[in-house]
Amino acid sequence: MRLLIKNGRVLDPTLGLDLIADVYIVDGKIEGVEENISASADRIIDAQGLWVLPGLVDIHVHLREPGEEWKEDIESGTRAALHGGVLRVACMPNTKPPVDTAEVCSAIIAKAKEKGYVPVYPIACITKGQAGKELTEFGRLKLAGAVALSDDGKWVQDSEMMRKALLYAKSFDLPIISHPEDQTLSFGGQVNLGKLSAKLGLKGVPFSAETVAVVRDLLLAKETKGKLHLAHLSVKENLPFLRWAKEEGVNFTAETCPHYFHLTEWECDGYNTLAKVNPPLRTEEDVLAIKQAIKEGLIEVIASDHAPHSPLEKDVEFELASPGMIGLEFLLPLSSSLVREGLISPLKLLKLLITNPAKVIGIEPPSLRKGEKAEIVLFDPEEEYLVTEDFIQSKSKNTPFLGKTIKGRIKKVILKDKVYEF
Amino acid sequence: MKHLLDIESLSKEDIEHYLTLADNLKEILYRPIPKVPTLRGKLVLLLFYEPSTRTKFSFERACKILSAEVMSFQTKGSSIEKGETLLDTVKNLKTLGVNLIVIRHNLSGTPHFLARILSVPVVNAGDGTHEHPTQALLDLLTVRQKLGNLSDLKVAIIGDIKHSRVAHSDILAFQKMGSTVYVSGPAHLLPTPAEEKFFCLKSKSFRVCYNLATAIESADVVIALRVQKERHETPLIPSYNEYHLTFGLAPKHLDLIKEGALLMHPGPINWGVELHPELEKYPFQVILDQVENGVAVRMAVLLTLLTGA
Repeated sequence: MRLLIKNGRVLDPTLGLDLIADVYIVDGKIEGVEENISASADRIIDAQGLWVLPGLVDIHVHLREPGEEWKEDIESGTRAALHGGVLRVACMPNTKPPVDTAEVCSAIIAKAKEKGYVPVYPIACITKGQAGKELTEFGRLKLAGAVALSDDGKWVQDSEMMRKALLYAKSFDLPIISHPEDQTLSFGGQVNLGKLSAKLGLKGVPFSAETVAVVRDLLLAKETKGKLHLAHLSVKENLPFLRWAKEEGVNFTAETCPHYFHLTEWECDGYNTLAKVNPPLRTEEDVLAIKQAIKEGLIEVIASDHAPHSPLEKDVEFELASPGMIGLEFLLPLSSSLVREGLISPLKLLKLLITNPAKVIGIEPPSLRKGEKAEIVLFDPEEEYLVTEDFIQSKSKNTPFLGKTIKGRIKKVILKDKVYEF
Repeated sequence: MKHLLDIESLSKEDIEHYLTLADNLKEILYRPIPKVPTLRGKLVLLLFYEPSTRTKFSFERACKILSAEVMSFQTKGSSIEKGETLLDTVKNLKTLGVNLIVIRHNLSGTPHFLARILSVPVVNAGDGTHEHPTQALLDLLTVRQKLGNLSDLKVAIIGDIKHSRVAHSDILAFQKMGSTVYVSGPAHLLPTPAEEKFFCLKSKSFRVCYNLATAIESADVVIALRVQKERHETPLIPSYNEYHLTFGLAPKHLDLIKEGALLMHPGPINWGVELHPELEKYPFQVILDQVENGVAVRMAVLLTLLTGA
């Protein structure tokens, strides 16, 4: 089987490619990327006007299996990933039971091999039961396939425990992913603290809940020289501290999610539970600051924080609703706005979506390098479309973008010989 | 008007409509047989998920005067204790032929949640730390009756502003009618600068004061609030004694306020905490007038939402 993708804008951050060219695939492997390939093919795909890129790497995904399969499972979650052009998924450990033993970790990998559409890399807990009291078996977890450690939504509140974790993880070259949220400050918080929390009479989450945690973790990373990854940053007050840490050479990376540079707290107005998320959506100023941090290279990873919830968790009183929104299928479309706004180049964007996240968890990303298996996404950065429940392939439909028109659409995904048309 | 969910979404004209209607209806309360057939055949569901004395009985009284049937719901002894969700509870009760739902709930936004889903009018009788719109309407009515108008007054609200849904509704209501609102209380129980921006409807019509005297100086109306212990996850006030000394209203404050200024309280009162017991004798204390006006206001609300009056 020979496949020829003609005249696309070929973008590959693993090779530093950005050119109009053809991609030739023979028997599921990349044979070459060149201008005007004239070799014969069984199928020719016209990619005029499209981006042709290797698949994305999303290192912040909740697949909900084991334990909450009514929201999502490994099969449906990876199908959604495929639909979003995400061809490597690292999943968070807050399952039921949590990924705090090698056994749970192995079970996820086995299930993903059997049912998954794309490879899955488990992130394991830092502490047993995410309780912040006792370290998990980092070594056995790594042997079982864990690529990083995180207590997910439960920030390690005990500073000495976090320091120990950053040090111990060095023995296994595993990154510690922090969800920076000082829960003594965010306790009971529903939305951003500000005009909207006043309007809705809901307890607000102050920016300090995030920045206090960011600063502590940066200090501990500086001291221990451990590898730190800061998940889903949302507030502008982080910026000077991130700059400081870069100057100091702290071994860290920082991440944000598309909703933090697309939406503000006002999305929750009218008690819209679909926009309830942790950390909460913030203000216009924060949105601008997050974009600035991306532009400056302070934030180097964009991840979806795909967090499926069913109507059981969302069609309820606001304060009882679970936080989170799905995002795998919108990661590239929403992130591509950064290019249209002229903030960063397409190649830089794909570094944030492919090479940088792969580096954080120490895996090889998809690539268009000759001899690699084909894992290619064809993306139309200009196509506009309405987000409907039918469009979404995740089991859950919880996104504030539902019913909205977004720009940027994944047209095809090629996995070896197979062409998925969307 | 389809629902009464909050003061925030009401215009000045909407508020005036309710006040005028309440004024007109109040006369019925003094008739030898205070009952009119206007809402005969209508069924009102009182859904109180939180304790209430004044609000609940005043809605019930309003229903009875207007000849509406009342169904009352107590969470204790209901299927809520068996784990039934609010949504299911209300859907089930609605099939019994309910024409209007009055809800009090400990979670902010619950009336809005019901209003979005149900086709019957919903009245907010207090939701979490959000709003208590009928309380604000009866406060406005009381002030209008006593002082003759609602514009250009200085209204001081004292206490735990942050957790008080009454304060939130009053702050917006008095400003909408053209008055200025000053709030004071322990600094950590006052709106933050970012929150202040929401409460200030127009330049200088809202002010947060860290000093009690600044807030009440030359005030036309002083509203004291109850310290809402039950909404504090951890104790926020070191002691009631200190609270009374620093933020409690006492006879010494009467020299600061305008002569004839009204003293109000939404109840229930903790005498000796937010109010010195001596103040019960203050001649312009209108706390029981507020309660009486509560019935008239709720009659106006029921009538408006059920008949389009």
